[in-house]
Amino acid sequence: MKNRRKYLILEIIGVILGLIWLSPFYLMLVNSFKVPREIFANVLTLPDSLNFANYVKAFDDLNFIRSFFNSLLITVVSVAVIIIFSSMAGYALARNKSRLSNVILLVFVAAMLIPFQSVMIPLTAIFGQVDMLNRVGLVFMYLGFGGSLAIFLYHGAMTSVSISLDEAAIMDGASKYQIFFKIVFPLLSPISVTVAILNVIWIWNDYLLPSLVLSRDNETIPIRMFYFFGQYTRQWHLALAGLTIAIIPVIIFYFSAQKVIVEGVTEGAIK
Amino acid sequence: MKNKELSFWLFITPVVLSLSLVVIVPVLMGLFYSFTNWNGLTFTEIVGFDHYKRLLGDTNFRDSLWFTFKFAFVSVIVLNIIGLGLALMVTSKMKTNNILRTIFFMPNLIGGLILGFIWQFIFVRVFAAVGDFTGIEGLMGWLSTSTTGFWGLVILTVWQQAGYIMIIYIAYLQGIPKELIESANIDGASPFQKFRYIIFPLLAPGFTVSMFLTLSTSFKIYDQNLSLTGGGPFNSTQMVAMNIVDTAFSSNQMAYGQSKAVIFFIIVAIFSLTQVYYSKKREVDL
Repeated sequence: MKNRRKYLILEIIGVILGLIWLSPFYLMLVNSFKVPREIFANVLTLPDSLNFANYVKAFDDLNFIRSFFNSLLITVVSVAVIIIFSSMAGYALARNKSRLSNVILLVFVAAMLIPFQSVMIPLTAIFGQVDMLNRVGLVFMYLGFGGSLAIFLYHGAMTSVSISLDEAAIMDGASKYQIFFKIVFPLLSPISVTVAILNVIWIWNDYLLPSLVLSRDNETIPIRMFYFFGQYTRQWHLALAGLTIAIIPVIIFYFSAQKVIVEGVTEGAIK
Repeated sequence: MKNKELSFWLFITPVVLSLSLVVIVPVLMGLFYSFTNWNGLTFTEIVGFDHYKRLLGDTNFRDSLWFTFKFAFVSVIVLNIIGLGLALMVTSKMKTNNILRTIFFMPNLIGGLILGFIWQFIFVRVFAAVGDFTGIEGLMGWLSTSTTGFWGLVILTVWQQAGYIMIIYIAYLQGIPKELIESANIDGASPFQKFRYIIFPLLAPGFTVSMFLTLSTSFKIYDQNLSLTGGGPFNSTQMVAMNIVDTAFSSNQMAYGQSKAVIFFIIVAIFSLTQVYYSKKREVDL
């Protein structure tokens, strides 16, 4: 009896905290349907009517279809490139037990300590001089910045892939590439999911790097959002509708793969 | 795979090449440029430590550094307390566990830029409206002063990242053997004693991981700073990352900006290494 009451109190605290956590989304949503006068009169209440005019205008001004597909393209290609090349390197470094590969691995891990802001100025200058401040250059940069953690994770996962598999395949006359892509890479798929999740979250939301690299034609959702918000400062009804639109894809992604996402993020953090 | 084998090199070349061109070469060139009058394209002379000397007298940079230290200190503590609290709560036998985890973790997936804009609305409009209605002065004029800007950034960061820290602590809490808790129950330990003498020491690796993560992310924060306060009022809430971006890309002082970036790198590296070293040592001691 006493225990049940204890959990009831905890449960109530939990629900209150949950509501507090959700309140920013609630406030964003309800006010995105209002006209400016309503926001000033009653910021906390539900809107008088479901007025989609703000959404139509914001969707248009955000050029949402275009920035969405720009974001999608950059994210999908970068994540695919990171997965393929990092798993190859993680495999090679794990199977080559030499001092050289230990040193290479150490350099990759040490590189994770370097903050982006410490390299961005020379980076954009170098890539600008060879005309690579574009989407191809951006994908290459994401491989450079995201490769370290991915290689580290793949290298760790290789310990559970027995070398006797490689040896058996060599007996059967398989090449190194066949061994890797036909046998090892499928076995690494749990860690590939982790790498994919971590990098999708990062690249999809990244603002500073693409804002330095991409031209206005190729702008991603965060970059477009930045300009959009600057344009509608103090026009909250439009700004909030735009923010809601920008969040919807992420929320769909989260609820469609919640378990995998939480597992992937946990794995990435504690390894 | 042997060093001599071509396949070994083919397998590692793409990532080695990208890491070199994207991180290693820029770090080295950046270090060199910080001693020159480089303008982003060329340089004509080597100026030695001039930029670093100028940094000592740059009050803007010093203020941003101090602001960042304060922010990192406060948010690391608050984030870990709340993250651990949430983890303890949702690992108890509650019916709402799963839904609460989902909710607390949700802000983490959304970019800092977008979240900063949402909170700008809350601090500026909602706080003001509630303050107006209830007569609480403290809710008025948020983000228009350095102090409210500071706490606004802390609140935003905690709300965004506490769920992430919670997830990490949950992973470590689940690693604590049930028998230990049960035998403590039989011995009549109070909830506080159980926490202090069993859970807390066994969570040490979890502390290392989440302190490291929170410290490095809060030190490097940029998007949230840009969207919530934009550094204002009068640059008083500008953090180091933004100060560097502004120096290089708004004021076009590339070499000077890079000298700030070098200092920033050194500070982040010292922090991270010391923190990992001490946490590892403490884990062994316990």
